[in-house]
Amino acid sequence: MKFGVVVFPGSNCDYDTLFVLKNVLRQPAVFLWHKDHDLQGVDCVILPGGFSYGDYLRSGAIARFSPLMQEVREFAERGGLVLGICNGFQVLLELGLLPGAMLRNKGLKFLCQFVHLRVDNPETQFTRRARRGQVLRLPIAHFDGHYFSPPETLRNIEENGQVVLRYVDEKGVPTEAANVNGSAASIAGLINRRGNVLGIMPHPERASEALLGSEDGLLIFESLVRL
Amino acid sequence: MIDPKVLSDHNLTIEEYERIASLVGREPNITELGIFSLMWSEHCSYKSSKAFLKKLPTKGKSVIQGPGENAGIIDIGGGLAIVFKIESHNHPSFIEPFQGAATGVGGILRDIFTMGARPIALMDSLRFGPLDNPKNRAVMDGVVSGISSYGNSIGVPTVGGEVYFHDCYSKNPLVNVFCLGLVEKKKIFYAKAEGVGNPVLYVGSKTGRDGIHGATMASAEFGEETEHKRPNVQVGDPFKEKLLLEACLEVMDKGLIVGIQDMGAAGLTCSTAEMPAKSGTGISINLDRVPQREEGMTPYEILLSESQERMLIVARKEDVAEVQKVFAKWDLDAVDIGEVTAGPNIRVSFRGETVVDVPVDAVVNLCPVYRRPSRKPAYLRALQKLDLPPQTDDPGAALLRLIARPMIADKEWIFRQYDHMVQINTALLPGADAAVLRIKGQERALAMTLDGNGLYCYLDPRTGGAIAVAEACRNLACVGARPIGVTNCLNFGNPEKPEIMWQFKKIVEGLAEACRTFSIPVTGGNVSFYNDTEGFSIHPTPVLGVVGLIDDVNRLIGPAFKKEGELIVLLGENTEELGASEYLRTIHGLEQGRPPAIDLKRELAVQDVSIEAIARGLVQSAHDISEGGLAVCAAEGCVLGHPAIGCILDLEDKVRTDALLFGEAQSRIMVSVSEVRLPELLELAAEKGVPARVIGKTGGKELAIRKSGREVLRLPVVRLFEAWKNSLPEALSVR
Repeated sequence: MKFGVVVFPGSNCDYDTLFVLKNVLRQPAVFLWHKDHDLQGVDCVILPGGFSYGDYLRSGAIARFSPLMQEVREFAERGGLVLGICNGFQVLLELGLLPGAMLRNKGLKFLCQFVHLRVDNPETQFTRRARRGQVLRLPIAHFDGHYFSPPETLRNIEENGQVVLRYVDEKGVPTEAANVNGSAASIAGLINRRGNVLGIMPHPERASEALLGSEDGLLIFESLVRL
Repeated sequence: MIDPKVLSDHNLTIEEYERIASLVGREPNITELGIFSLMWSEHCSYKSSKAFLKKLPTKGKSVIQGPGENAGIIDIGGGLAIVFKIESHNHPSFIEPFQGAATGVGGILRDIFTMGARPIALMDSLRFGPLDNPKNRAVMDGVVSGISSYGNSIGVPTVGGEVYFHDCYSKNPLVNVFCLGLVEKKKIFYAKAEGVGNPVLYVGSKTGRDGIHGATMASAEFGEETEHKRPNVQVGDPFKEKLLLEACLEVMDKGLIVGIQDMGAAGLTCSTAEMPAKSGTGISINLDRVPQREEGMTPYEILLSESQERMLIVARKEDVAEVQKVFAKWDLDAVDIGEVTAGPNIRVSFRGETVVDVPVDAVVNLCPVYRRPSRKPAYLRALQKLDLPPQTDDPGAALLRLIARPMIADKEWIFRQYDHMVQINTALLPGADAAVLRIKGQERALAMTLDGNGLYCYLDPRTGGAIAVAEACRNLACVGARPIGVTNCLNFGNPEKPEIMWQFKKIVEGLAEACRTFSIPVTGGNVSFYNDTEGFSIHPTPVLGVVGLIDDVNRLIGPAFKKEGELIVLLGENTEELGASEYLRTIHGLEQGRPPAIDLKRELAVQDVSIEAIARGLVQSAHDISEGGLAVCAAEGCVLGHPAIGCILDLEDKVRTDALLFGEAQSRIMVSVSEVRLPELLELAAEKGVPARVIGKTGGKELAIRKSGREVLRLPVVRLFEAWKNSLPEALSVR
């Protein structure tokens, strides 16, 4: 399984993601420069966290115009696996590969903390190693993670099982307190209908080594690797 | 025309002006005067502090670079070195909290990556006025948001720090920012302008009119009219800096440059002067080529601007095209603006005319050094005397109040606004005694902490200085790290007041003695004088940034009790110390007495036991006993746990109950240990001559403390937790 991590100007979780893919999962992984037009034959494209273009204008709004995004869009349309983490999720929304938008967190503050997340769809290629309802402990770090979409879209994505991860408490209950950024329906991870493009706000690469406090992030990467 | 008014606007004395004229060999023009005023400002020249700072130990076998460069460098073995420094951004943060703090972060980051190191950690030491004043809340909110916006965006984790509150900081908040980077030893770069004829490249953001005279502003007291100084504060662009960081590290990694320096305080002036000064060369630049954001800027404005995110690079002619290619990749300019000359002058041209032509040496090295008069302050005699008030009759209530004090209470409100995990090295989350970062590919880890207690220093500068070092090292010892280097940020009032100078002298003596005892070199830092507003000075506040090494990160422990039924052991002794304590301040409204005495030899031994015990895996938790004393330390051990665990302490010491519970006697660490490992721990302590005894046991849902068999305090852990957890959010949510 060859991974490609896209580097936008302002990406800052690119090294972390590459490190985990190479050093923890022992998978071939390369950086993909945003100005190129070459996906280097990767099997999975990861749009990493960070502040692409400083998040100026709107998170992810400028990055969607990077040259490489044309190839990423075509890759996704051919069924290629695309994972957007945090800022990467925001870029996927701006690209229109996923429905909805991100607003500022409900408390109007940046939030960096561990949260609990429930796997509501274990039948995706990104979560196949999880049990339905399994509670994961992963860190978030974002200012714009308040997921929003109109009621009709929300209904659709729920009906289609597109909600992959939800903010919950330790016991797996989606409470208002656990929904730290105020996301609609506590949505933390969303997949497209075809099931090949996933956007998640939490950072699995920050929770892939016991020393850093959690290994729950491995579940997502390992689901991908075990094709 | 240079008259007394112009001189006073430039913060220069008549004597200084005369010296400038004689060094230049004629009357300087206004642009040249501007250059001297910046480079001879207190902020850039250290003219009042230099003579005293010489007392600090700066040498050691692992020191690669001591004071005098952008940052200090220490060899940590394995071909790696750490580059670290602390800087103040106090004055700008008072005028414009968000941008002041943000650009403080930007500035210290550049100091680190200009040496070739990738910044891997930030920490902040913050001081504000009490939060019941809305102005102070606004300043704090702005500062925290500013740090958060810059550090998060650029992707350097803010892993720790400290925050204190006292009225003396109401109109002089302190924002001290620390940064640490990691570099391969063979890839370290310096601010050199070597090789006559080598081109000088300007890289990064364009120059605007922001921040003109920032360094001069930081070298004077604030009066009532500070509002008009707002334009002196720079505006930060963390995205630009991220690009600059990547581009600079790339040209350095490829070995394409000779020397590099950031444009921080005093901007283009500082870098064009300091680089040739370090190489014994001269420099010639053409301002017409400097990228400018605004039209019609004068040479004075271009040279003195403190626009952010800019660097100056000296490269060989044949490498310039390659350097420019790398910068273009990151969408940045790299413009050839001049060349290195044989010297000895800085020559600046503008529209075909020479506008500056002054000796490099005069600008950088020949600023007068002052030994300003010092006098023991009159307040000391009265304040050091302490008639102890009657003891509190409700120690439980006192503990609840202490643990809810903003400086002791949970700081999650602050640190969750900072990305503290990016770069995936953070092995210990904020809130522990020290921050710990693993070194990828190694068993070892780096630990770091910031510490300083202004009240101690106000009431006894020398002891306060020594305690600042001791306590910072003790924080490291609690995570099992041995200190390897120090950087300090010395925040004081106006050095032209003899009382302030006396405080400074005494504190430096205390710092020097403690650093020598701990054998840790001071590799740099920053002095921030003139923290006065409307005549009132801050407490003298040295902030120490100490870095240490942990041999085996897998042995890492934190301050929280881990399991029920473990024994609690006190390393050190409970002596009767109430002076300058947080207890006296909070419960009795007294800021009096002498800070606790410190025996540095004992301190060293206590820390040694903790470090050894952690390295051998003997203890489950370790926590420094500091503000709020033994009771607060135990309470924190309880509430920090996942889940929180209670404990019972049985104390026998013959000291006043309030001193026993809340006194801040030094050289004490509370550890928890399993029964099986207890003998080994006690033996280790005995070997090192450190008193150690079992004082309690973990377990249950309450914190109970008995003195000589009589219960003096009993509280449910959940109440302590709530008081500790909710204090800061509540104080800050008041609108």
